[in-house]
Order: sequence, then C-alpha cells, then structure tokens
Amino acid sequence: MTEATIGTAASLHAEGDANAGAYRATARREQRWLGALAWPGLVLIGIVALAPIGWLSWMSFLDTDGFTLEHYRRLLDDNYMQTLKTTFEISFLVTAISVLLGYPLAYLIAEVRPRLGAFLLLLVLFPVWTSLLVRCYAWLVILQRRGVVNTWLQDAGLIEAPLRLMHNFTGTTIGMLHIMLPFMVLPLYASMRSIDRDYLRAAANLGASPVRAFWQVFVPLSLPGLFAGIVIVFVLCLGFYVTPALLGGGRVYMWSMQIERNVTYHADWGAASALGVVLLALTLAILWAIGRVIGFDRIVGSK
Amino acid sequence: MASLPISIRGISKRYGVFTALDGVDLEIASGEFITLLGPSGSGKTTLLMVLAGFIRPDGGSVRFGDRDVSLTPPHQRDVGMVFQNYALFPHMTVAGNVAYPLKLRGIPKAETVRRVEAALELVQLGGLGERRVDQLSGGQRQRVALARAIVFEPRILLMDEPLSALDKKLREQMQIEVRHLHQRLGMTTVYVTHDQREALTMSDRIAVIDGGRFRQIGLPRDIYERPRSRFIAEFIGESQFLPVELRDGRAWLGARALLVDGTPTTGGGPHLLVVRPEKLAVLGAGEGEGLNVFDGTVTEVVYQGESSLIYVTLQTGGEIAVRRPARSADATIAEVGRPIRLGLAPGDAVIVPAQAGR
Repeated sequence: MTEATIGTAASLHAEGDANAGAYRATARREQRWLGALAWPGLVLIGIVALAPIGWLSWMSFLDTDGFTLEHYRRLLDDNYMQTLKTTFEISFLVTAISVLLGYPLAYLIAEVRPRLGAFLLLLVLFPVWTSLLVRCYAWLVILQRRGVVNTWLQDAGLIEAPLRLMHNFTGTTIGMLHIMLPFMVLPLYASMRSIDRDYLRAAANLGASPVRAFWQVFVPLSLPGLFAGIVIVFVLCLGFYVTPALLGGGRVYMWSMQIERNVTYHADWGAASALGVVLLALTLAILWAIGRVIGFDRIVGSK
Repeated sequence: MASLPISIRGISKRYGVFTALDGVDLEIASGEFITLLGPSGSGKTTLLMVLAGFIRPDGGSVRFGDRDVSLTPPHQRDVGMVFQNYALFPHMTVAGNVAYPLKLRGIPKAETVRRVEAALELVQLGGLGERRVDQLSGGQRQRVALARAIVFEPRILLMDEPLSALDKKLREQMQIEVRHLHQRLGMTTVYVTHDQREALTMSDRIAVIDGGRFRQIGLPRDIYERPRSRFIAEFIGESQFLPVELRDGRAWLGARALLVDGTPTTGGGPHLLVVRPEKLAVLGAGEGEGLNVFDGTVTEVVYQGESSLIYVTLQTGGEIAVRRPARSADATIAEVGRPIRLGLAPGDAVIVPAQAGR
C-alpha cells in the first residue's frame, strides 16, 4: 500500500469521527426539543396535582399543637370503618354490575356493522357529555316515590306500595352504574375490536362450537380491556361523591362524603387530609396489586 | 392417515354486483394436493372459505367423500386449516395451541401430550412446546400452525396462502417441507396461492381461477407448457405473443407457416403464438433445420445474474426476448446491434386464441 492511500484512509476515518460527533449532538438536540414540549404539562401537573398532594399529606400530620397521628388514629373508629366498608361494597357492586351489563353491550357494538356500532357507541358516550348533576337529578325524578318507575309499576298492578328506590343503597348503585358504564364499555370495546376474527374462525375450524370459541378464545383475548375497565370503574367509584350524596340521601356514607363533612361541618382540615391520604394510598395500592398480578401494560391496554 | 375426495358442484357466491364464484365445479381426488391459483380477487380464497364453512355460498353443494357438508357448520366439518396469518392463539403456549383441537375432541390427557409432541416433532419444533407464541419467528409460527392443523388427523387440509408472510429462502424451504409432509400423511390438500412458482413446485394438480371461474385445470407441467389461453400464458411464467393466423389447418406467421405440434391448429381467425424466453435457442448461421426460425437484431441486453434477457427486434416486425444462461463464452452473442437468429422447436410452439377472453 502506498503512503498516499494510507493518508486518504486516515483522513476519511477522521472525517467519519467528526460526523459521528455531529450526529450525536443532533440526536441530543432533538431529544431536548421533544422533552421541552412536555414541560408545560409537567409543570402544570406539578403545581395542580403533586404540590397539593404533598401539602395534603403534610396537613394530615398537623394539629393546632403541631405534629400528631391523632387524625389517623381516629380513622380506626367504627364510624369511619363502616364508611370504608360501604365505600368498598358499593364500588365492588357497581364494578360487578357494570361488567355484567357492559360486556354484552361492548360485544354487540364490536360485532355489528361499523356504522351501527359507531351509532351505538355514540349512545353509550352521550351521558358522559351531559352534566353529572343533571343526570343525578334526572334519576331522582325517575326513582322517587311518585316517580316514573313507581307510577308505572303501580299502574300495571305489579306492586301495591311504591318501592324505595332512592335515598338508599339501591338508588346510589343505580345512579353510579349509569355514570360508570361508559368507562367499562370503552376499554372493552377497544380491546374486542382489536381481536382478529381469524382467531374465532381458527377455533371453529379446530372443532369449537360458537359457545366454546367465545369462552375459550374470545373472552381470554378481551381480558386486557376487561381489566382496564374494572380498574377504571373501581378506582373512580372509591372516590365518588356527587351521586352518592344526592341519591344516597345521607343514608349511604361514602369515604368522600366523610371528607366533605370534616371540612364543611367541622372545619377540620387535618382530619379531611388524613382521609384523602388514605383514599389515595388505597387506590395506589389497588393499582399496584393489579399491576403486579396482570402487568400494568395490560391495564393500559397496550398488549 | 386417511383422506377423502372433495366434490364441488356449482358453487356460486355474489357480493352485491361482484361475482366472487360463478358456479364452479371441481372434483378433487382422495389424497391429492391441488392448488387454487389466481390473482387477488379471483375467488380462490372465497372457495377455500366455502370449503371450510366460513362463507355460505348462494348456491351449489360441497361433498367430503359421501358426506354432503354444504350446510354443516365449520366446527363440525373436521378439516384442518392453516390461515394466512396463522391465527395462533396468543393466550396459549405452542403446546396449548396444538393441543386445543384434541382437547375439544375429548382426547385423554396422556394421549394428547403424546400426539402434541409427535406433531411438533413432525414440523421440527420438538421441545418448543412451552414457548409463548410471540417468542417464535415467522417460520416457527408457520410450523406451529401446520402442527395444529394436522394433529387431529383431519382427512382434508386447507391452506390459505400459508407461506406468503415468509421471506423467499424460507418460503422455498417450507414449500418442500409441506410437500414432504403431504407425501407422508396423505390427506387431501387444497392449497391457495397467488404465487405461480409455488403452485408449480408443490401441486399434483393446479386449478387456475380468475373472475370466479376455473380457467384451466391440469398438471403443473401442462399448465405451464400447454396454456390454453392468453390469460394462462401471461399469468404463469413469462410469455410474449406474436400474432398468427389459422388457415388450412396450419398456423401462419405473416406469409410463413409455422411448425407446430404443441397445440392443435384447427379452427380459424386471429391467434397468438406463445413464446417463452427460455424456450428460444440462439442459432449459428445456417442452423435451424426443423425449427421455427426468427431473424432479428439485438436491441437490449439485461443482465440478471444467473441469466441474461436479450431483447430482439424481428425482421418481420415485433420484439421478443430470449433468456440465455450467463456463461462467459456467450458474452459476444449479446451485443446491441448484432444480428441474431433464434429457433423455437415445434413442440414448444403453443398457439392460443387472440381474444382477451379468458
């Protein structure tokens, strides 16, 4: 090899290095820009979410006299434990019924012709776009002693005395169910739509009757959506306030209502904060536990 | 393994104004490997789906052996099927997938385990039973799909473009493996593809389908060597056409009568001589006794690795290409502007009707 060619090779090599540095710098710059786009959102979350939560936790350990665990000790009282039990009971019940109602509904929407499916989905979503308060009052009108349901049932001669449909557990459940159903149907629908129909054909071809193909192939493949729906609905239920307050008529005491009572009647921010911290901790614990069991990516629905 | 003949009679299927199948008839012998070959939208997949029971035809009947299955739902047809995208259940392991049809048939656990392992062994995936489906490569998934389709010993196997997702090398290897598997197990196999080379490689018989009708059904060699229409000649292999006239029981290219014993030359009207590039011989001066001779000038040479395509403008008008294996000794033949003489043996001269009608 001559010196000239060696020189050329060496200079080529150096040039390559120089470019490599420039490529890395460009890549870093692009990443910084991408990161910069997220800053407004991150700052907002920091100010309106993380900071108040930190402040809340701080206050829950404070009394007029300084540091105390009294707020947390009081949560062990029967009164609060009963509320906790009610909260979980309602949340379980609403989640369970929304699975029973939501799964067939989502299945229908996913199976019919796309245009009809879009229309049905619109009907499911419609309640989400109307005011929560309006919907609760509408249920009051429907469920009250002389409401639509009782009047009809009495006129039809099916019942003698009006049923107690509100200001109790039943009314709260009905109202919450109505609000939660879309949150169950949407992830279920998304997950069902993504199931390739060839899986069902394959199952049928291998000898599975439609019923078996449904249970052994379709349902397992729709589980990510089901888990997502369950987590969303259950967690939303735990912290629900407006509907139980209105339709429960003061008889159904949820955790969120205890928070409200502590603030408005007793002006006890410390106690209210402790309740809030416990609710947050429980919610995170449930998410963590489910995430451990089935994988968080499945809840989010990416897999 | 036992096999069953398939009898397809007058199956038709329309989607609105589009006719997917136009009253097709086909008799498939027991143990035969038949390929439905056609371009996309030709109706080949529709026919396969009718056989599997996923598409309900508008009319006609399907029999497997003595059994009329026209109205039998898919899960009672007892045919194996390999899907184009494999359709392996992602929530089951490899072994779970292969065991599924046995589980549905109530086969005892011990026997299921044995048969699953044997089926996986057969497709060279022994010991991979516990893998998840998403841990497999495309070729391995293909094999699992095959194992699942044959593990319950169906007497008929349907395959819907099963190799189209694989790269070329693997596809060619799998073609041979599927062929060998068929020879070992002997079930009647209906194979759908749009790849003519795949069809020629694998099939006992090829049924070329287009526009919802069979255009030619025959042995691979006959389909390639004796196309009955311009469509078949164009769809399978490379073909070029020279206009000829049938007169007095002979085929005339201009004023010259051709030597033909590939196809009958009775009848009349405009016809076409089918010329495949590899059938042409490059002749020296004075050669050409007993051949159809074409004189012309080289206009372009395309180097393609194992062979070259030499484009020749004929003295009588028109252009044809001749394929030559790439050998260094032949380099000077193919120079643009050189005169060249080509020969076509009478046995390779195929005449088809000129109208585009298929």
